[in-house]
Amino acid sequence: MAVVSQVVTAEVLTARRPTGALMRSALRLRRTQIGLALVLVILAIAFIGPRLAPHGGNDFVGTPNSLSVPGALFGTDHIGQDVWSRFLRGGLTILLLAAAATLLGLVLGIAVGLITAYSRNVLDDILMRAMDVILAFPQIMLALVAIATVGPNPVTIILAVGLTTMPRVARVTRGAAQPVVERDFVAAAEAIGVPRLRILLSEIFPNVLSPLLVEASLRLTYAIGVIAALAFLGFTTNPGAADWGLMIQENYIALTVQPWGVVLPVAAIALLTVGTGLVGDGIARAAAGIDRVRGAA
Amino acid sequence: MAKPAIIVDRLRIVVEGSGHDIVNDVSFSIAPGEVLGLVGESGSGKTTVGLALLGHSRRGAAIKSGSVRIGDIDVLELDSADRQRLRGRVISYVPQDPASALNPALRIGTQLREVLETHSFGKNADDRRARIGEMMREVALPDTARFLRNYPHELSGGQQQRIGLAIAFACRPRVIVLDEPTTGLDVTTQAHVLDTVRDLAAAHGVAALYVSHDLAVVGTLATRVAVMYAGRIIELGPSSEMFQASSHPYTQRLIVAIPHLTGGRELVGIAGHAPSPGSRPSGCAFEPRCAFAIAECRAEMPALRPIADVHDVRCIRAEEVRAQAPIRGGEIPRDGSAEAIQPVLSLQGVNAGYRRRTVLHDINLEIAPHECLALVGESGSGKTTLARSIAGLHSDRWGVITYKGTALANVARARPRELRRSIQYVFQNPYGSLNPRRTIRQIVSQPLEVFGNVKKDQIDRRVAEMLERVSLTAAYANRFPDQLSGGERQRVAIARALICEPSVLICDEVTSALDVSVQAAIVELLHTLQRDLGLSMLFVTHNLPLVRSIAQRVAVMSHGHIVELGGVAQVLEAPSNEYTARLLSDTPSLEVALETAAS
Repeated sequence: MAVVSQVVTAEVLTARRPTGALMRSALRLRRTQIGLALVLVILAIAFIGPRLAPHGGNDFVGTPNSLSVPGALFGTDHIGQDVWSRFLRGGLTILLLAAAATLLGLVLGIAVGLITAYSRNVLDDILMRAMDVILAFPQIMLALVAIATVGPNPVTIILAVGLTTMPRVARVTRGAAQPVVERDFVAAAEAIGVPRLRILLSEIFPNVLSPLLVEASLRLTYAIGVIAALAFLGFTTNPGAADWGLMIQENYIALTVQPWGVVLPVAAIALLTVGTGLVGDGIARAAAGIDRVRGAA
Repeated sequence: MAKPAIIVDRLRIVVEGSGHDIVNDVSFSIAPGEVLGLVGESGSGKTTVGLALLGHSRRGAAIKSGSVRIGDIDVLELDSADRQRLRGRVISYVPQDPASALNPALRIGTQLREVLETHSFGKNADDRRARIGEMMREVALPDTARFLRNYPHELSGGQQQRIGLAIAFACRPRVIVLDEPTTGLDVTTQAHVLDTVRDLAAAHGVAALYVSHDLAVVGTLATRVAVMYAGRIIELGPSSEMFQASSHPYTQRLIVAIPHLTGGRELVGIAGHAPSPGSRPSGCAFEPRCAFAIAECRAEMPALRPIADVHDVRCIRAEEVRAQAPIRGGEIPRDGSAEAIQPVLSLQGVNAGYRRRTVLHDINLEIAPHECLALVGESGSGKTTLARSIAGLHSDRWGVITYKGTALANVARARPRELRRSIQYVFQNPYGSLNPRRTIRQIVSQPLEVFGNVKKDQIDRRVAEMLERVSLTAAYANRFPDQLSGGERQRVAIARALICEPSVLICDEVTSALDVSVQAAIVELLHTLQRDLGLSMLFVTHNLPLVRSIAQRVAVMSHGHIVELGGVAQVLEAPSNEYTARLLSDTPSLEVALETAAS
């Protein structure tokens, strides 16, 4: 296969293959494999961790900031709770919140992006300027304002992070959809009177999927970061409960004495974001045809 | 013959990695002042050969063996620094698309000077300035300082290509490679550029390789022609002989696939398509598509052997092929006039534009039932805007368009379902008109879903029927567009239009993105369909000879006006309008090429 794809002109290389084929070729890249492995490990910790945790999230097992408490693998935290147990229990909330927020941002952003790209009129201007207003503020700022006003409940966090993710997704979607909208197969569908929504969903949307897959992984990375940062700043859904972001904040003072309370959650968040980033990059490369030769060999 | 300026010997270019041949066993030589035409369809390897003459291969390809000798130098033996010095100075290249070959950020004077400075041409700046002036006069452009201050985008396509020629000829090279330099130019501009090429090559004794897919262009320009198929030269001879006594079946088929300006004939396409590298047969590559094929053809690749004086051919049955008159399409029956009948489609006082710019002025046109009307014009004449206005894809128009007496709304969406079904549109570029994410079945059946007149279980059967009607098989239904060749894609686009059972079919330059043999097959198909289904057709094209093969009447457009309208024979043989006459005389044609070759 690699043979033909090299010889035949750029036409074939730029032709967007169906998504299934794209994912298969992305999975053949080493970076995607590593990224996926990282993500799976962290997911496993977050989902299975709470069952494996030797102690409860709020059980006191020894003196604070101690490394030599029997039964506490990574020692105790600032008030004497088991670091290992809190780490195992602290990932689920952050992951679920990040996933929900990203999904919300993607759905809204894709809708806005597709509509603005296809409408080619005043609606385009109004919606995109509105997006620009949101984009003008750093994501964490807007999220902080929203949460400080309403209070840190899960719905607010998801809404705040989701809505600030939306304009970024909308930009990418609109950019990818604009050349597609001009192509003749869209005109062909218009000429026989295919309803607008159908044109958006079945003609245009499938052709912007590959950039969106990349964008989705990037946005997930950012959402994890923002939600962890919010928790670090004390905005968590349940202040007492184990949470990676909160753990970093609670334990960073004792970093030199008892590093594990910070290192474990930081490593998990870092690996997760690197993992999703690698997966996104793998998809992007597969879509662009870079690494094609090595990937297929 | 004088000592050749360039000798190419057994050139072999392969795919990097797999080692499949892209080009193999290509040998030819060009004398100073001679133009050799290198003809082939897409994928035949002609551009690859052209680039190899400069020692260059595209990414993924590697020059494996052979030699390219210019004087005492073998271009392929040089290291990259020496090769760099050679390019532009001894051998130069004119690319296909001047708009992308010229640097948009530099003034043309700067770009011309750059070539001369790079190769230290001339003793000083004054020398070089004089040379630039001389070059500009040679390519018939103004040599004023003011003109040289222009940026490429301020020039027309023809002027840009002249600059490309000036750059290529600037250092007085001994060999020049022209890669389809007139594709994309209007016929009049093309005629001028071709004249310039011929004059320059002859005047300065430059050996030119003219790479093209267009036999008619090559016929008017080149003294000798080499035809390539599947990476090999299959026939090489003087252009007059090549067209009158072609001895390879492929060349013969290629010639009958070219539309003729005089004496309308049905076009005959070539079934199947050329094998790609890696899937080429061990015997003759054309054998699977050849009418002359016998068992021995499959045994081994025939050698290129002489059949007449300086005329070589790669076919074991060349003598028989040569003796047989080429296959010709039948004469197209001329229908009587269809005046009295009520027109299917009628345009009255149609104007259209983009924002404030009007591109169509007061168009009046009628298309009778079962009639094919050709709409001819150069690029920018407004013909596509007119076609799109009829199809409801161009909203910025006024005036009346009626279908069987019913006025049509400007936008397709505002038209009743029945009208949307009755008028179908086939787009110019089959690479853009099919959604790459959907299967052929989904694409072809889409109108059925919209018009909702077919039951679910009937859809597959109808799709299969339509695919067979356009000479594809039902097996294509499960494929994606990028698994199809250009011709196959255009057939799918036609199937999508036909499944609506339209009474009017608008074809917008449907063959302009296709090779000649594929073009012939598509026109053949459209002609049959039009006759069998009693379609009315508006056939938009810039290709005048093509009109002969399909239409009964022709409308000539220029700058948004219809300047001439009449029967095909009348307009093409005795044009009453000056513009039409000029268009006709500038159109390269094989007949004219043969006459000039004979005289």
